[in-house]
Amino acid sequence: MSFINLKEKVVQVKIVYYGPGRCGKTTNLEYVNRKFRDQIQSEMVSLKTHGDRTLFFDFLPFDMGQIKGYDIKIQLYTVPGQVKYNATRKLVLKGVDGVVFVADAMEKQREKNIRSLNQLHENLQAYKESIFKLPLVIQYNKVDLKDHGVPILPTAVLRKDLNSRLKVPDFEASAITGYNVAATLKKIISSTVVSIQKKLL
Amino acid sequence: MNYGIVSQEQLEQIDTILSSKLIKLGVDCVIIIDMAGNIITAKDNGESKYDVYSFAALAAGNFATVDAMAKLVGEAEFSLLFHKGQDSNIHFSKIDDELLLISMFGKDISLGFLRLNVVEAIEQIRKVWEGTNG
Repeated sequence: MSFINLKEKVVQVKIVYYGPGRCGKTTNLEYVNRKFRDQIQSEMVSLKTHGDRTLFFDFLPFDMGQIKGYDIKIQLYTVPGQVKYNATRKLVLKGVDGVVFVADAMEKQREKNIRSLNQLHENLQAYKESIFKLPLVIQYNKVDLKDHGVPILPTAVLRKDLNSRLKVPDFEASAITGYNVAATLKKIISSTVVSIQKKLL
Repeated sequence: MNYGIVSQEQLEQIDTILSSKLIKLGVDCVIIIDMAGNIITAKDNGESKYDVYSFAALAAGNFATVDAMAKLVGEAEFSLLFHKGQDSNIHFSKIDDELLLISMFGKDISLGFLRLNVVEAIEQIRKVWEGTNG
């Protein structure tokens, strides 16, 4: 749940990047951190293992400017993607306002995407949130691999696997080159802010 | 309990409590956060330059981890945490299931004295909270 400070006119919004291991959640945040440097006042916080895998979460606070006199502070988080870290994934989801589900477009990751999305559904239920109601954007990451001869799933297949029931906004993307990273972020921020406004009215 | 929106009046009362009970004592910085990592309010002595937003995210994660560990050893909770450093220390204390009070202080304040004041501050903050939300 977002926190609204009426005294200082600040709204804090929590957006979590969720997805299977090595799908590019941290890479998304790293790109945002580089690209929008002037809107970010602090350093990106990453809690990772020696092997550079996310251990707990990455955190990136992001100033979005003002809406109706209120400062909007977007807090971007990632979860650890590795299967064994579900307990920590759940912790990071606490109080979430919006989710970006990052899917890995590589053919061999097909099943992992589906499993991860199902687990997101379960984890949200633990907080009495519904994947069908929470602002959600799906990103099919790594589409650039096609040019390098790595077999990737056509977007139609990914969409059928992951988005046939949810019917949420989705994007093909390449977090490493930055393709559609900003588009994904803009979409989730706007859906989330609209949903918070609705809750308040 | 709806903790999503806190009135200006409540926040001012809480800020006054934090100032009189903790900042006056010599605490460098006091933050109240919720368990999702949002900052409810932050007060400092005017000199400290902590990145409170990152701090809140990490603190919430830290406390949630300790909470999960408590459950593993059969405790309902560990309601306070203390990290000691050479020059600065951090003290975490639970206000209720959703809120956490974090004090950052130097070596001039004794832990016992701080804890006494934290307990008093928390009691007063709970009253402010219950006043309008209860």
